Amino acid sequence: MATADDLKFQEFDDAANLLAANPDATTISIEEPVETPKNQHSRLQGPGREEDDELLGTDDSDKTELLAGQKKSAPFWTFDYYQTFFDVDTYQVLDRIKGSVFPVPGKNFVRLYIRSNPDLYGPFWICATLVFTIAVSGNLSNFFIHLGKPTYHYVPEFRKVSIAATTIYAYAWLVPLALWGFLMWRNSKVMNIVSYSFLEIVCVYGYSLFIYIPTAILWIIPQKVVRWVLVVFSLCLSGSVLVMTFWPAVRDDNRRIAVATVATILLLHALLAVGCLAYFFDAPELDIPAPIIPAHNGTTVVTKSH
Amino acid sequence: FPGLTDVSISQDIPVEGEITVPVGSHSPDEDYSTLDEPVKDTIMRDLKAVGKKFVHVMYPRKSSALLRDWDLWGPLVLCVSLALMLQGGSADSKDDGGPQFAEVFVIIWFGAVVITLNSKLLGGTISFFQSLCVLGYCVMPLTVAMLVCRLVLLAGAGTVSFIIRLIVVGAMFAWSTLASTAFLADSQPPNRKALVVYPIFLFYFVISWMILTFTPQ
Repeated sequence: MATADDLKFQEFDDAANLLAANPDATTISIEEPVETPKNQHSRLQGPGREEDDELLGTDDSDKTELLAGQKKSAPFWTFDYYQTFFDVDTYQVLDRIKGSVFPVPGKNFVRLYIRSNPDLYGPFWICATLVFTIAVSGNLSNFFIHLGKPTYHYVPEFRKVSIAATTIYAYAWLVPLALWGFLMWRNSKVMNIVSYSFLEIVCVYGYSLFIYIPTAILWIIPQKVVRWVLVVFSLCLSGSVLVMTFWPAVRDDNRRIAVATVATILLLHALLAVGCLAYFFDAPELDIPAPIIPAHNGTTVVTKSH
Repeated sequence: FPGLTDVSISQDIPVEGEITVPVGSHSPDEDYSTLDEPVKDTIMRDLKAVGKKFVHVMYPRKSSALLRDWDLWGPLVLCVSLALMLQGGSADSKDDGGPQFAEVFVIIWFGAVVITLNSKLLGGTISFFQSLCVLGYCVMPLTVAMLVCRLVLLAGAGTVSFIIRLIVVGAMFAWSTLASTAFLADSQPPNRKALVVYPIFLFYFVISWMILTFTPQ
């Protein structure tokens, strides 16, 4: 007969304390993958409860399998449907950002970090941050370049924010759409082993834009060499992440098409960087010496050029 | 219940009473309709509610008054006054000037809506208008900063005035962000607090940037 104490709810102590109290109790420790450190504390069992938890199947892989089947079952006009795209924790977002900046050779960004849980938080807010970073940095850089000149009147150049927003959001959504369409088309012709959903491609592109945020801040330095070195460096890092992600998806295809696809991806990525640099950041040497035009009556007229 | 051990109910006294609740003409303010009160009362009640929320923003404590009775009057007044004050600068015909009235308005409201949607999508328990209310009221320190900046710019536009403006705007930006975080942080799931706070930081940063780069003609 169970005593009243057994039936009363008890707060579970630390596992160490429980084990110290009852050193002979059987415990189970389940091996956890490294990316989910948060779940490890719940793995330590109290005495007598192991069987229940084993049956419930609280192992992480079981959970993801169950959830993957039920994941997007809400119809697309409900709020819950969109909530499934924001099902990320802080540490996951930070891991994905880290993965986009430091490419692990041989590992695929999508398989390693996204794992069939693409999120829209990262792409959206990285693009928003990038828009404002480019606009603000461009403004600051122009201010410093023209600082000493007497004819310069500072303007905040607010129009450029909307131009930056249009460009960056178009890149982050239209290019993945085109790429996804292209991959689907090739998939119908050639059986590829790896295929990505639209949201995973958007996710990869969004996170790959993260490297441009510190790059844009460093572009304030008014030296051409520094700026171009930064462009090349950031292009290498995020470009390699993109290449390693998309190469497995096209390598089974015709050789030339595969190479052309990857080259186009890199080219568009480079075009975005160079375009932003050219449009938002004035060149450091803007002072073109005024040309001297000889007038008809022999006196020289100096015209100022901006 | 030790005090009632000697209470006994005799069998032959019937227990009786009424179950019906008396329809109240006993309470002093029997009609809850505010249609008959003087207009001054109505306006003063709303003004007092708005004023109380301003005080809450100035001294952010963990109180739920801002969240419970949300209203959007305060945010509207703040937004309009901020947009008006950002108007006087660079109104020349070149289009590379400061933000127009409509742009400031859209940025503040659209930004607040996007942040609210973001926090709700991440699993926050706060309602849509409560969040708009908090974000709008927390623009108040930045409006004060704009006022101070315009006064400082009347005195001159040199480096000293820029440093003063930078310090004032920076302090008010920190105040806004901390105030809104104090109000909104509790309603978010614990693993995602940083994900919710970052867009708020970005939002107030953009508004601070607009205030700091304001240059009069």
